[in-house]
Amino acid sequence: MSGLVKALRSRLPGRGLVIGAPYLWLAIFFLVPFLLVLKISFADSDTTIPPYTPLFTMGDDSALQITLHLDNFIRLFSDDPIYLLSYLSSLRNAAVTTVFCLLLGYPMAYAIARAQPSLRPVLLMLIVLPFWTSFLIRIYAWIGILKDNGLLNNFLIWIGMIDEPLNILNTQTAVYIGMVYAYLPFMVLPLYATLEKLDVSLLEAAMDLGARPLRAFWAVTLPLSLPGIVAGSLLVFIPAVGEFIIPTLLGGADTLTISTQLWSEFFANRDWPMASAVTVVMVALLVVPLMLLQRAQARAAEGAAS
Amino acid sequence: MTHPSVRDSEPWRDPSAEAQIKIDHLVKSFGDTRAVDDVSLRIHRGELFSLLGGSGCGKTTLLRMLAGFVTPDEGRIGIDGQDVSRVPPYERPVNMMFQSYALFPHMSVENNVAFGLRRDGVEKGEITRRVGEALDLVQLGPLAKRKPGQLSGGQRQRVALARSIIKRPKVLLLDEPLSALDKKLREATQFELRTIQEQVGITFVMVTHDQEEAMTMSTRIAVMNHGKIVQVGKPNEIYEFPHSRFVADFIGSVNLFEGRLKECFADHAVVESPDAGADLAVGPAGTHAPGAAICVAVRPEKLRLAKPGEGLDLPNRLPGRVRDIAYLGDACVYHVTLDSGKVVKATAPNLGRWDDQPFARDEAVTVGWAAAASILVDP
Amino acid sequence: MDGFVRGRWFLPVALIFGLIFLYGPIASLVVYSFNESKLVTVWSGFSVKWYGELAHNDQILNAAWLSLQVAVASATGALVIGTIAGYVLSRFTSFRGRTLFAGMVTAPLVMPEIITGISMLLMFVGLEQAIGWPPGRGVLTIIMAHITFTLSFVAVIVQSRLAGMDVSVEEAAMDLGARPVQVFFLITLPLMAPALVAGWLLAFSLSLDDLVITAFVSGPGSTTLPLVIFSKVRLGLSPEINALATVIVTVVSMGVFAAALYQYKRSKTLG
Repeated sequence: MSGLVKALRSRLPGRGLVIGAPYLWLAIFFLVPFLLVLKISFADSDTTIPPYTPLFTMGDDSALQITLHLDNFIRLFSDDPIYLLSYLSSLRNAAVTTVFCLLLGYPMAYAIARAQPSLRPVLLMLIVLPFWTSFLIRIYAWIGILKDNGLLNNFLIWIGMIDEPLNILNTQTAVYIGMVYAYLPFMVLPLYATLEKLDVSLLEAAMDLGARPLRAFWAVTLPLSLPGIVAGSLLVFIPAVGEFIIPTLLGGADTLTISTQLWSEFFANRDWPMASAVTVVMVALLVVPLMLLQRAQARAAEGAAS
Repeated sequence: MTHPSVRDSEPWRDPSAEAQIKIDHLVKSFGDTRAVDDVSLRIHRGELFSLLGGSGCGKTTLLRMLAGFVTPDEGRIGIDGQDVSRVPPYERPVNMMFQSYALFPHMSVENNVAFGLRRDGVEKGEITRRVGEALDLVQLGPLAKRKPGQLSGGQRQRVALARSIIKRPKVLLLDEPLSALDKKLREATQFELRTIQEQVGITFVMVTHDQEEAMTMSTRIAVMNHGKIVQVGKPNEIYEFPHSRFVADFIGSVNLFEGRLKECFADHAVVESPDAGADLAVGPAGTHAPGAAICVAVRPEKLRLAKPGEGLDLPNRLPGRVRDIAYLGDACVYHVTLDSGKVVKATAPNLGRWDDQPFARDEAVTVGWAAAASILVDP
Repeated sequence: MDGFVRGRWFLPVALIFGLIFLYGPIASLVVYSFNESKLVTVWSGFSVKWYGELAHNDQILNAAWLSLQVAVASATGALVIGTIAGYVLSRFTSFRGRTLFAGMVTAPLVMPEIITGISMLLMFVGLEQAIGWPPGRGVLTIIMAHITFTLSFVAVIVQSRLAGMDVSVEEAAMDLGARPVQVFFLITLPLMAPALVAGWLLAFSLSLDDLVITAFVSGPGSTTLPLVIFSKVRLGLSPEINALATVIVTVVSMGVFAAALYQYKRSKTLG
C-alpha cells in the first residue's frame, strides 16, 4: 500500500492537481459559503439588492469600518420566543425520529444479517430501493394515507375499529410517521453493516457458557453493534434536525420547526440576515454531531483496513 | 537443461565472480522501526535465492525494495552493474509474482499474460507467439480465454507465473509464491517451479516463511531476523552449521545446552554444561576461546537412545527417562527428561511396526551422540 | 441457530412489517393513479385518464425535461469531481489538510439541505457582486449546486470500492511496465466501473429529486420538476401527481432490475 502511494507521490506530476481540483471545488462551494452565511448574519436587513447592509465599508477618512449588527442574534434568543421554541421542537423531532428508527430498524437489520447469505443482497436492495424514488412523492403518498378520508381511516372504519375518522394529517404524529418512514433506511444500512460482520460463534460461545438467547443478545450483540447504532443514529439525527419537506407537507399549525421558520424568513420576509443568523445557530447545533459522525466513520474505515 | 546449473558451479564460492544483484547497506525505516537494517547481499545469475524469516523480519520490505515499490532510505541496489535504487518499478528489469497473484480480474488469462509485452510496445504477432509459449510452459494453453475468476487456485498461480516471466526479466521476485496452495499441491509445485526456473534461466529471489519450502527449492537461503540477515548459505549449511542460536532454533528442531567452553583441542572441544549435568564433547571450537559462555546445539535426529545396560559407543552419554512419545508415522519423537532435569527431544525412524517400539513411557534410557553431531553457537 | 428458536418469529415479522411500511405508501400511489375519481383516495373505477392529462400538462412536461437535463449535467460533473475526491481519500493517506478535505466530502451527505441551499445562494450572490459571474440564478447555478451536494455520494461509493480492492493488482500492472497514468486507466478505472455507474445513477436521481437546494438557487424560468410538484401537492392531492409518481417508480424499478442483472452477470465472470 504505502509503496504504491510513494510511487504515485513521487512520480505523478499531477498529484497536486489531483488533490487540488476536488479540494478547490468543495472549498468554494461548500466551505466558503458557510463563512459568507456567518458574515451576513451580522448584517442588517436592507431594501437594496442583495437585501443586506455591507459589513465592511470605507469611512470618510478612508479607514476600513466594520459594522457588526448583533440585532439578529438578540432577536433570536431573547426578543422572540418563536425561534427558541422552533430549535427545541426541531431537536425533539429529530430525537424522537432517531429513537423510533432505531427501534424499528434494529430488528430489521438483524433479520437481514441473519437471513440466508443468498437472500441478503435482495433484502438489502429492498431497503435501499425507496431511496431511489422521489423523496417528495413518497412523502406525498402519506397525505393520501393519513388524511381524514384517506386510506388508513377508510381501512380502520371498514374493519370496525373506529367509527369516526382519526385526525392524523397535519398533526405532530403525521410528522413523526413521515420522518421515521423517510429516514429508516439510513438507520438500517449502518446497523446491518456491523451486525453482518458480527461473528455468530461469539453468540454460540455466550450460550455455551450458559447465557439464554436474550441475555446473550444484551451481553454480546448489542455492545458489539454499538458502532452501527452510533453511525445510524447520527445519519438520521443530523439531517432530521433540518428537515423541511415533511413538516411542511404533513405537519399542521402545531408543528414548529426551525427549517420552516428559516424558509419563511427567507422567502416570505426576505430577511436574509435573519435567515443567516438562524442558519448559523443551526450549524452550531450540528457541529458536535457532525464531528462525532466523522470520527465514527474514520474509525470504521480503520477497522475495515486492518 | 539448457543452462549449466549454479547448483553445481556454486559461483558464490569464487570471490572473483561478478554477482548479478549487489545489495549494499540497505536501510528502510517505517516510523521508529527499522524494517530493513543495513542489509548487504550478493546474488548470482541463475540462483533461486530465498529470504527466510518470521513475519515482520523485513524480508517482504527487502523484496519490495528490489521491485521498486519501496524506496530505500540508505544504501544501493545494483542489477547487472546498473544502480536501480531509484528506478521506478515500471522501468526496472525485474518482475514480481505477488502473494495474492494480483491477476487483473477484468482481463482474460491471455490478456493478463500479454499485459507486460503490450506496455513495451512489442509487435502483435510476437505477443501472440510469446503468450502461447508462456502458457504452454505452465500448461494453461486451453484456458487462455478464461477470466481469473473461473480458475482454480493452482491455475491462478500458474497464470501469475507466466505473466511475470514473459518479459524475460533479469530477476523474478516471488512473494510467498506457494502459500495460497494446499499442502499436496504445494509440494508438487515446489519442484515444478524449480524446473521452470532452470529452463528459463532467470534468477529467482523468493520470500518465504516456510523453511521446508526454502530448503527444497533454494540454491541459497538468507535467514532474516529483526531487519538483519543473520546467515546466508546453502540449505544444508544453514541446517547443519547454524551460526547462531536463533538460526539453529528457527530452522528445524534443536536441543540446546547452555554452558561454558572448558577446553579446546584440534579436533574437538569440551563444554561444561550444568544444563546437561555433565561435560559435553563437541566439534572444533573455531573462534571461541576457553571460558566463553556457549551453547551446544544438537538436532533430535542425531541423538541415539539405548537401554541403560547396553553399550553406546559415543562420547556423550546422558542418563534419563522417557517422558512422552509422539508418534509421527515415519518416525517417533521421544521426549526424554535427563537426570539434570532438562527435557530433550530425540527422533528415531520407525523401522518396525508400533508393536516393536523399542522404548516405553517412563523407561530409563541413555541418550548419546557423537562429538561431530553437535556444534557450538553463541548463547 | 437452534438456540434462537423462541425468537425466531420476531425478526422476520419485524422485517416484513418494516418492508410493508416502506413499500405500502408507494404501492398506494400506483394503485390510486388508476382511479377515475378526482378525489384520489375514493375509488370510483379504473381509468388511465390521469396519464392522458399528465401527457398534456405542459408545465409538468417542461419542468421534467429541464430536470432531466440538469440531472444529466450534474451527475456527470459530480462523477468526475467525486471520483477524483474518492480516489484521493482512499489513496493519499496523508497530505496537509486531509482532515478538512474528508470533512468537506462527508458533511454534505448529512447536512440539512436547507443549510446547504441558503449558503450556496449567498455564495452565488456574493460571487456575482464581486466578479459578475454567475449572471443571476438559473440552470447554471442549479447545476453547480447539485454537483456540490451529489459529488459526496459519488466520492463515498468510489472510496469504498477502492478500499475493497487489492492494491497489489495495481502494483502488478506497474511492475509489468505500466506508468501511473496507464495503471489508472487500464486497471483502476475498469475495476471501479460498477462504482462509477452506481455513483452516476445516484447523483442523477438525487439531482432529479432535489427540492430544497434548488428552491434557493433557481431563478425565474428555471422551474424544475420537484418545484412544480411541491407547489401542487402543497395544495392537496392531485391525481396527475399519482400518475407521475407511477411513471417514476416504473422507470426506477426497471433501472434497478437492469443494474441487478448486470451485477449478477458480472459477478459470475469476475468471481
